Amino acid sequence: MIFMQDDTDRRLLRLLQEAPDLSTAELADRAGLTAMRCARRLARLEEAGVLRGVRGVIDWKALGFAVAVSLRVTLDKTQPRAFDEFLARAREVAEVIEIQTFLGRVDVRLQIVARDLGHYRDLYREKILVLPHIADIESLMTLSVVKSDEALPL
Amino acid sequence: MTDLDALDRLLLRALAQDATRPAADLGRELGLSQPATWRRIRRLRDLGALKGRRLDLDAAALGFGVTVFLGIKLASRGRASLEDFERAVCAIREVQTVEHVLGLYDYRLRVVARDLEDFERVLRRRIMTLPGIGPVEANVLLSEERLPGPL
Repeated sequence: MIFMQDDTDRRLLRLLQEAPDLSTAELADRAGLTAMRCARRLARLEEAGVLRGVRGVIDWKALGFAVAVSLRVTLDKTQPRAFDEFLARAREVAEVIEIQTFLGRVDVRLQIVARDLGHYRDLYREKILVLPHIADIESLMTLSVVKSDEALPL
Repeated sequence: MTDLDALDRLLLRALAQDATRPAADLGRELGLSQPATWRRIRRLRDLGALKGRRLDLDAAALGFGVTVFLGIKLASRGRASLEDFERAVCAIREVQTVEHVLGLYDYRLRVVARDLEDFERVLRRRIMTLPGIGPVEANVLLSEERLPGPL
């Protein structure tokens, strides 16, 4: 279901994407709206579920988790409940910060953080390889994050 | 974990969910005064643990129905510099994240498009024309969840 948006909605979301710290008053000012109209627009976007929220971004490196790994998992699809059972158990691993499922060569991706390589090795052996229905697993270790704003091209 | 206590971790967890919650509100939940909550939030920012905010938008509702994760290898011959590749790939509006990785691929990209046809256009005109591009693997996103992580 696509939300019926106009230029004003797009402008507001574009401005907020660039500077999520803006107050409603500052945002209204930049968008050329009155504070009241701006607040009403934002409320409408929230009610429609388009603007789901403003999330704080955690820097895991700063918290001492120096290693980030993207694990690309292929599941044994001869098991009808492979996806559900794998996902349920993967959610219980504290170091998993993102889970995506795909259509393609890869079935599931787990984004994992670890303190260092030793911690990662233990985690991989004790918490990942024991997850059910894994047919194949590949890992990509993050060397550097070049772009991470996740902005939509509105 | 750097010298964060249990309250700091709860605060981080709450702010990761909703970065706009007022300090007074958070403090009430955690049994802290508003100024004490404020000081902790400022410290989390100063430590770099909390590095800003991100809008959580429903991409599909805004007309971006397709998200694709790409694994990209750079061509080994006539290798363009990593800087050239990175500069060019970051300039593509549909590319939301770029990570330089170690493994089967050199880069991991997250790309949004309006639909599969639009994705094909982005892939052909923008991605496949990047300097130094080699083999590309695409996986279309079906579902996604974010978890609080080891806090």
